[in-house]
Amino acid sequence: MTHFSSKQWALLIGCFSLSMFACKPKNTGSAVGADAAAKAYVAPGQYDQFYNFVSGGFSGQMSVYGLPSGRLLRVIPVFSVDPEKGWGYSEETKAMLNTSHGMVPWDDLHHTELSQTNGEIDGRWVFGNANNTPRVARIDLTTFRTAEIIELPNSAGNHSSPFITENTEYVVAGTRFSVPPDDANGDVAIDTYKDNFKGTISFISVDKNDGKMDIAFQLQCPGVNFDLSHAGKGKSNGWFFFSCYNTEKASTLLEVNASQRDKDFIMAVNWKKAEEYIKAGKGRKQSVKYASNRYDEKTHTATSQIKTEVLVLDVKDFKDICYFIPCPKSPHGCDVDPTGEYIVGSGKLAALVPVFSFDKIQKAIAAKDFIGDYDGIPVIKYESALHGELQKPGLGPLHTEFDGKGNAYTSFFVSSEVVKWNIKDLKVLDRAATYYSIGHLTIPGGDSKKPDPKYLIAYNKITKDRYLPTGPELSQSAQLFDISGDKMQLILDFPTIGEPHYAQAVEASVLRDKSVKFFKIEDNFHPYASKGEGDAKVVRKGNQVHVNLTLIRSHLTPDNIEGIKVGDEVYFHTTNLEQDWDVPHGFAIKGALTAELLVMPGETTTLKWIPKKAGMYPMYCTDFCSALHQEMSGYIRVSPAGSNVPISFSTGTNLPKSTVNSKK
Amino acid sequence: MKKLIVILIIGSIVAACGGGNSHAPAATTASTENSTAASGNPSYDPNRGEGKFKDVQINPKLDVALAGEGEKVYNVKCGSCHKLSEERLVGPGWKAVTTRHEAAWILNFITNTDAMLNVDPKAQAQLEICLVRMPNQSLTDKEALSLYEFMRKNDGVK
Repeated sequence: MTHFSSKQWALLIGCFSLSMFACKPKNTGSAVGADAAAKAYVAPGQYDQFYNFVSGGFSGQMSVYGLPSGRLLRVIPVFSVDPEKGWGYSEETKAMLNTSHGMVPWDDLHHTELSQTNGEIDGRWVFGNANNTPRVARIDLTTFRTAEIIELPNSAGNHSSPFITENTEYVVAGTRFSVPPDDANGDVAIDTYKDNFKGTISFISVDKNDGKMDIAFQLQCPGVNFDLSHAGKGKSNGWFFFSCYNTEKASTLLEVNASQRDKDFIMAVNWKKAEEYIKAGKGRKQSVKYASNRYDEKTHTATSQIKTEVLVLDVKDFKDICYFIPCPKSPHGCDVDPTGEYIVGSGKLAALVPVFSFDKIQKAIAAKDFIGDYDGIPVIKYESALHGELQKPGLGPLHTEFDGKGNAYTSFFVSSEVVKWNIKDLKVLDRAATYYSIGHLTIPGGDSKKPDPKYLIAYNKITKDRYLPTGPELSQSAQLFDISGDKMQLILDFPTIGEPHYAQAVEASVLRDKSVKFFKIEDNFHPYASKGEGDAKVVRKGNQVHVNLTLIRSHLTPDNIEGIKVGDEVYFHTTNLEQDWDVPHGFAIKGALTAELLVMPGETTTLKWIPKKAGMYPMYCTDFCSALHQEMSGYIRVSPAGSNVPISFSTGTNLPKSTVNSKK
Repeated sequence: MKKLIVILIIGSIVAACGGGNSHAPAATTASTENSTAASGNPSYDPNRGEGKFKDVQINPKLDVALAGEGEKVYNVKCGSCHKLSEERLVGPGWKAVTTRHEAAWILNFITNTDAMLNVDPKAQAQLEICLVRMPNQSLTDKEALSLYEFMRKNDGVK
């Protein structure tokens, strides 16, 4: 047996690693410049320059990162329950996840979109879409909480969403899976797809003042798959552009059968025209069921309402709402440049990227320059709508963002790179490798009228060897590029939650000073709020017991509760009496089949508990709050059903019997 | 005038310490930097404390209505930790508090709590006993004045 000395080992390992790198031409060392660390470094105590709102993909949540540091600032629970924050577990938040199917505890959040005014990010809300059980969420950017979730009828696979018009008049939601409409019999043979399946696009109105969402109308379209979309802006404001694939209308082995045609479509929608038809009463009332869930900051409580009607325009009956523009090979991204003139379609399987001209589209429509129709929708001649083609840009183009200086940045999944190119003359200017297989990409404001092109972030689908191994499952990687110069420069990798799809970023100053620090206790209108320990109480109503409980550093009031019986429905309405920033209290009970509560200062939140066994149950604060945090606890005595132990509650007075005796 | 100059000097020290901090607003770092600035400052008035209240005029007669307002605020924001007797709960009992401290000191402490806990010797001595930093309960000036009146009522002022 041969024995190696440690020196020999080191030499061997060195050679081995050298040869490993030699086999991998695109290694990190060659891609990262010496000054990268300084560019991504944000010193302790300093703030990042940008907020980055990143979709959490199959986690169902939205994450917030600081840029350029890549620090994870917060995970906002949206479509999935979050035991850490009690989201979907507290009585007040359960209604947020209600749907026409009942309470759905998970979804797949793909895209984020920050609200805009005049085509610029205004910092009021960020929207997210649920891909699985079709919904759109609105998150309030003063509290970084989900304020509203609306379900979408006639839809399945809400992928082409939640993109907005330039004054946030509407959020759109285009269905990825065409399905029979909700009021039709869906119990049909799958191979009747061509006869029975429809694609629906929802226009969700957003109230200018309070952001409340409603489905203004839906467009019933041919049964294709709507993939992504973007609104026109500036000169093209009033139009919306949707990429469509599976114009073959396949319902099995789409990989092959939806990739047959040389060209699918970008669908141009004149939404102002559709709005006119709706105002003129042309919408057909359709009976449906969908949930509208809203969170009220005054009562700290969500309510869910099931709505039963939508207005539908069948676009084949209205000749001037929708037009198809042929677009090569299963277009995915559908992105509009800051001027509103150029629409970039990215055919996933195409070897070129077509750029369409809004002016030319308008001319072609006016001249009826059509090559025919598709299910009654006019199809514009490809060449008549085309500004030009970006030739041989890379493999697998997906998404494009803009720098506002005439350049576009497109992600290429198959060739794993970002390509910078000039829109007007269609010339490639720069390429940067990504590690590995980029999906979406983001430039702050990169889909608005006014990009802030300091950084570009690549959201990659494959991680492989980028981080220390953590078993078979790896965090997905994002990569930050400095794009302030002519050449893109990779400066940072950072891991993300779930799977990041689209993300957006905004200069921190737009949001920073509006952030709520605590809820004013005076403005708490929760029906079980305790405004001071004087309101703490335990009240039995039949087998329901309502506990008004207060939390403040460092005790619970009441902290001794007796008279609870097995089978009681016990509601702990906990109010955090603190009135300062960053002093949440947590609340948990042994054996409760829910999660903890995390109660913000001035807020009231409720935990429901049905004790199953007589005995002693501790409760405590879960969020380290002070030097005496470990003392912030109490006991609940549970007696058998039918016991006659009376309800009693106290803090600080129920002293051990021996103490009382010795004082006498 | 002298006081104003001192304040200006402290202010400029704080500003200088915050230099180069391009993103973080001054407020986030101000509380810690105040402490070094003020504790090393011989002209710190331990009877007045640190904060916006200076020469507080107190009417010898109790404003009963104002004290009533203060009692309501006490029930919501203070009563969890402070008894009205001499007994300590989380914080000290309030009996005789208005004889232990000047009005300005109390008003500054309850409105500028973090800064006072960082600089004020009496506040720090109390913290060593209670071990829980008094939370800033975000009182308005009006609420603070009403609470002071309620403390006076509790101390027997008629």
